[in-house]
Amino acid sequence: MKLAVVGAGAVGKAVVELAEEYGHTVTAVADSSTGAIDANGLDSETVLQRKRNDGVVGSATAQEALDSSYDVLVEASPTTLDDAQPAFGHVQTALDRDRDVVLANKGPVAERYADVQARERESEGRVRFEATVAGAIPVFSTIDNVGAKQVTAVRGVLNGTANFILSRMTAEGLAYEHALAEAQDIGVAETDPTFDVEGTDAALKCAILGNVLMETEFTLDDVSVTGISEIPASALELAQQDGSTIRLIGEVDDSGVRVGPRLVDEHGTLAVTGTQNIVQFETTHAGTLNISGRGAGGPETATAIMGDLRELEN
Amino acid sequence: MSDSVDRQMFTVRLELPDRPGELRRALEPIAEHGGNLRSVFHERGNLTPRGHIPVEVDLAATPEQLEAIVTALRDADVTVVRAGSQYYTEEVTAILFGQGIDGDISETLTSIEQSTDATVRDVTLAAPEGAGGLSSARVHLATENEETAETLATLQEIAEKRGLSVVEPLTTGESA
Repeated sequence: MKLAVVGAGAVGKAVVELAEEYGHTVTAVADSSTGAIDANGLDSETVLQRKRNDGVVGSATAQEALDSSYDVLVEASPTTLDDAQPAFGHVQTALDRDRDVVLANKGPVAERYADVQARERESEGRVRFEATVAGAIPVFSTIDNVGAKQVTAVRGVLNGTANFILSRMTAEGLAYEHALAEAQDIGVAETDPTFDVEGTDAALKCAILGNVLMETEFTLDDVSVTGISEIPASALELAQQDGSTIRLIGEVDDSGVRVGPRLVDEHGTLAVTGTQNIVQFETTHAGTLNISGRGAGGPETATAIMGDLRELEN
Repeated sequence: MSDSVDRQMFTVRLELPDRPGELRRALEPIAEHGGNLRSVFHERGNLTPRGHIPVEVDLAATPEQLEAIVTALRDADVTVVRAGSQYYTEEVTAILFGQGIDGDISETLTSIEQSTDATVRDVTLAAPEGAGGLSSARVHLATENEETAETLATLQEIAEKRGLSVVEPLTTGESA
């Protein structure tokens, strides 16, 4: 399929790199201001090199890239909150043109799910968003397979940065600030870690899960969120003495959607360490399903996008 | 079966909402599972802290029948507080943290016991910064019969009033 990729961060770049391996052609790439277009297929190395060296993806504008001809729009620009713009506009334009959309950007489905669905209903195009929750972990395809109505609850560790910090605090008895600095040094945490450590990122993922599983629409405002930045090392130590540990857990069930630090069994399924993610599904007929793996990263998230593209081809 | 030599007298203590039909609904599973009803003591006017009516039922049954009856009552969402000599309790662990927990921990615990049906089993403090600093407390609570969620909600309220945070246990699922 011919792909137009919006966003040239880790995920966008990985999509450009991997597309050919999966039999797709990237015909347009846009970052926040520039664009590259070639109806016969862009050379991925040329585009990525220009981005690296000159900070532009090509000599066209981003708008020209968006207006070009493609089969699927891959939206991998940074997630924005509230009106989820400009990503929502990109989704809307693609659907108006009866094109399919694959999202890595969480904004449109976390903040404006009903709007996205309404546009999708009026379009020949479809919207898929496996990459928005837990990177490479097949969350929505699992829900599709089990049946959304047969999934009674989903919970899990959905943010690798927060999990890394809690793991380090536990293993080394570090204070939060110390573990955060370490995470920033090795590139696991951003300079401004708020989005991850205050639970916003996990909450957006839970809102998306809530939207897929429940009858009502969820946005970030509907999620009860507590982060991990206040947790003292002594709390983790007390947990450990008792055979437990603390993890930032997102929970989605019929009582609502929430994200917060929870006590879990130290050796239990949910106590993944480092940047690992885990998603646990409670199902009506199939018991509990656990899937763990890498919840972030360019090639990991791009792999989820490739899965969506395969579904769209079928 | 009905004249089994294993048949014993058991007292089952229930808590029922003050609604018509609740008592009848609670007694049905007893007969259904072979229990022989001997007496019902319906303490109307003596409400539990949750506003329910305590009901004591004496019945004759085998231990197996009793187990089936209790399961059936539970499945019918009837609150079984005690069956035979066995009290149904759940142990819940929570961790509280905040500034100066060490100073008012005993008040906090008293408040928990007064506001919930839970009993504080034990408390462990960790105050590495010394008195008045940022510290943590691990609390083991014994709650009566499936009241965990309510107990934790009350614990959150109490902690919030005192400027403390609570790390709750994950109360559902295999890994809780």
